[in-house]
Amino acid sequence: MKRLAPYLLILPGGLWLVIFLVVPMVFMASVSTQQGDVVNGFVQTFDFSVYGDALAQYQTQFLRSAGYGLVATVISVALAYPMAYWIAFKGGSRKSTYLLLVLLPFFVSFVLRTVSWKFLLADDGMLLGPLKATGLVPGDFHVLQTTVAVIGGLVYNYLPFMILPIYVALERVDPRVVEAAQDLYAARRQAFTKVVLPLSLPGVFAGVLMTFVPMTADYVNAGILGGPENTMIGNIIQTQYLVNNDYPTAAALSFTLMAAMLVGIFAYAKALGTENVLEAAAR
Amino acid sequence: MSTMTSQKTTAPATRVRGGSRFGDRVLKAYVWLIIAWLFLPIAVMIVFGFNDTQSKSNVTWQGFTFKWWGLLGDYPELTLAVENSLKIAVLSTVITTVIGTLMGLALGRYRFRGQGATNLVMFAAIASPELVMGASLLSLFISSGVQTGFVTVVVAHVLFSLSFVAITVRARVIGLDPSIEEAARDLGASTWVTFWRVTFPMILPGVVAGALLAFALSIDDFVITQFTSGATQTFPLWIWGATRIGVPPQVNIIGTLIFAIGVAIAVFNTVISRRRT
Repeated sequence: MKRLAPYLLILPGGLWLVIFLVVPMVFMASVSTQQGDVVNGFVQTFDFSVYGDALAQYQTQFLRSAGYGLVATVISVALAYPMAYWIAFKGGSRKSTYLLLVLLPFFVSFVLRTVSWKFLLADDGMLLGPLKATGLVPGDFHVLQTTVAVIGGLVYNYLPFMILPIYVALERVDPRVVEAAQDLYAARRQAFTKVVLPLSLPGVFAGVLMTFVPMTADYVNAGILGGPENTMIGNIIQTQYLVNNDYPTAAALSFTLMAAMLVGIFAYAKALGTENVLEAAAR
Repeated sequence: MSTMTSQKTTAPATRVRGGSRFGDRVLKAYVWLIIAWLFLPIAVMIVFGFNDTQSKSNVTWQGFTFKWWGLLGDYPELTLAVENSLKIAVLSTVITTVIGTLMGLALGRYRFRGQGATNLVMFAAIASPELVMGASLLSLFISSGVQTGFVTVVVAHVLFSLSFVAITVRARVIGLDPSIEEAARDLGASTWVTFWRVTFPMILPGVVAGALLAFALSIDDFVITQFTSGATQTFPLWIWGATRIGVPPQVNIIGTLIFAIGVAIAVFNTVISRRRT
């Protein structure tokens, strides 16, 4: 009985994860090699040509998503690091208050926050309206439906997922290690680049994983803030699944996306371990 | 900053500290700037719940009014969507908290075969994009002929919040002092009594934190919900649908109310945990 205890405890949750996370991947692979339509039904044909066709047709959106994800991730690291640094080392007794302020906006629905940005950035909205009225900005200037708006929205929505893991890593850096470096005549900059920065890199990597992956697969920001020129692969998958009911194409696209990401995710887990991400998640 | 620290002759310490204090002030201003940016759309949401707009599109400011608060139930489908969101959140939170707590106990308390695999699957559940989870779940439901709707949304919500709850509880279990349980057993308490009277009260803060997280994740979720909901509407789904025709001020008010409740819970939670430590 004692031996069985951990297995009995893990059983319900473990089954849930296997049945609804692992098994569906198999079904998605199966759907991607089916042929047919919603009216007449789908048959398993093991025809893999759908992959070639879908990739050829939506290559642009795949590359655009990767590009947007990359740029938005780099901007997020640049914005999040100084902030996490200051909260971890200078936040003092107010650390948890600052973290709370970072997380509070998350009590508002993701979609609703993005819609608010749409209001803010609209051509006659609160930011551009006055600027245009005073002539500081030309009348035909747009932010909505541009790449800038989509990447801005991505950075906005995922920034806390970058701040948190970097903060967790920096918080664990013992201030005495920094003092020791300074005692050994390291200048402030050297103490940072040679001691603090290397110790915080696991947090940065965890943050990169937790932002790049969802940003690349995101379709809400491109759907609300972008235009036809900024469509991401997520928008295509969503439309093919839920609007056009072209399940094989949609499944082939998402299976390709998932395969690319799973390779990345498991390479990450193998190289850096899962602890950093799991620890940041527990915050 | 570096030019100052390179002077090592007379009293460098004070000058270094002076320089760093300036740097700290700049950084602090920067932190508040980012926080202001994070809150900007929230402020817009709250303010536009009081906008005296004439048309359905609530984009430009047309004066202050309280009238939308009285007309909160003007869109029956919106009301239904909010109700669905709440029901789904409550139901999935209950299921997630129970099975997630069991997982957290197993992971924090025991060393067992398959622990590494469990960790890896949980990690995959956290790191996988929601789009992929939603798309694969929909593939499963289509292939097996399951009608998507309320139940499949609950299933999906349990799936993505389960790992978060398990990890939160695990952290708490690892922090427990095993000698307290041993003492209970030495005093003749059975396994069952020890769990309910000793272990459970000690891990309760972790369980509550996990439950709150699961609730917040569920009420906010859009992507997986969209893939698994069929004809069932939730609050985020209704907003997404309304973006094309204009989002009415009622949405802002409901968003504001949810935000206010969230803030209250978060503040309450912080106060409680401060008092405990």
